[in-house]
Amino acid sequence: MSSISFDGVSHAFGERMVLRDIRLNLTERRVGIVGANGSGKSTLVRLINGLITPDSGTVTVDGLNVARNAKEVRRKVGFIFTNPDNQIVMPTVAEDVAFTLRRRGLTRDEVAARTTAALDRFGLSQHADHPAHRLSGGQKQLLALAAVLVAEPQIVVADEPTTLLDARNARRITELLLGMSQQVIVVTHQLELLAAFDRVVVIEDGRVVADGTPEAALGSYRALLA
Amino acid sequence: MIGLYHPGHSLIHRAPMLLKLALLSAGVMIVGLLGEPWQLGAALAVVFGLYLVARVPLAPAWQQIGPILWVLLIAVPVQALFAGWTVAGLMAGRLLIAVALAALFTLTTTVTAVLEGFQRMLRPLRRWIDADRVGLLVALTLRCIPLVAEIVTEVIEARRARGTQGSLLALAVPVVVRSLYAADAIGEALVARGLDD
Repeated sequence: MSSISFDGVSHAFGERMVLRDIRLNLTERRVGIVGANGSGKSTLVRLINGLITPDSGTVTVDGLNVARNAKEVRRKVGFIFTNPDNQIVMPTVAEDVAFTLRRRGLTRDEVAARTTAALDRFGLSQHADHPAHRLSGGQKQLLALAAVLVAEPQIVVADEPTTLLDARNARRITELLLGMSQQVIVVTHQLELLAAFDRVVVIEDGRVVADGTPEAALGSYRALLA
Repeated sequence: MIGLYHPGHSLIHRAPMLLKLALLSAGVMIVGLLGEPWQLGAALAVVFGLYLVARVPLAPAWQQIGPILWVLLIAVPVQALFAGWTVAGLMAGRLLIAVALAALFTLTTTVTAVLEGFQRMLRPLRRWIDADRVGLLVALTLRCIPLVAEIVTEVIEARRARGTQGSLLALAVPVVVRSLYAADAIGEALVARGLDD
């Protein structure tokens, strides 16, 4: 498994401190991150692929310093956003998946083969030539997964991937994330989806306040919310 | 192109995009030069034949060609008044054929094919222009049309729900703000997908 470490990481947006001295070493296969709105968890996961560079401290992915090797790290880390609409770049489904494979030195046939395989895997084959913006919300998130996984990253980070979805689609996306061979880091508010995870980290006011098995960590998170 | 592409495997679907574009330009030019009604009739038959080869169903084709009939409905009588019915008929025929040809191109060509074609055309200029970047710009522009349309729909709905219908400001401000947020988010997603390198 890959390893992601945060070493004394702090970050502020203007005057507001969003992360304070985070020290974490994530090596488990399935890691859940929970916390209230504005607790800093989205910022935390954006540090993993260098979307945000911390004010102090260092983040490393498999020994690579993210601040210095952002480009390399982004090839290792696939990122799923809450709103798949923002992630879709190309007008049709297959074109959007193929878009990820640009500039990777693949031949046209290789791109086509990998795109077809990815669409198959996420049950989107019959929509390959459909306009991406006409898919349902659940299908759009499946497309986002396909477009990220087609690049075969080693780590998949998902920031509230199921927040906009109905219960069935939320379960489906979660099961797909759980079934991946990659290391998976998921931020979520849907606590019931975390039962099968290896580790859950609770963030509150920019700090790690609980960290352990889903049972233990979610117990203290529920107590915090009460 | 934006959701207009009609998937298929016909000769016309498989033809290289630049060849199709060249033939489209040539076709429109030739139709503009034709002066005899029988010539236009023959051209119309050829275009009809091309649609049959491409196997484009009637509905999407009609969606593309239908709107021009409204223009003709006004333009033809006006033209007839000044120049006579023959000239007006020729003009209508030329316009119809040109629009039908352009629609056929749109219905049988993917955006990717168009982008690749343009990138190939820009390649001789690569010292001054980054063709990939121009391609990405065009793709994003096309992608943002339905996105902004959706934002406008949602804002209009929200405005109606709050009973502030008449105000243009109540439409423009949220649309601009939300479009800027969306632009930020799309930029972030592009970086995450490795497009800044």
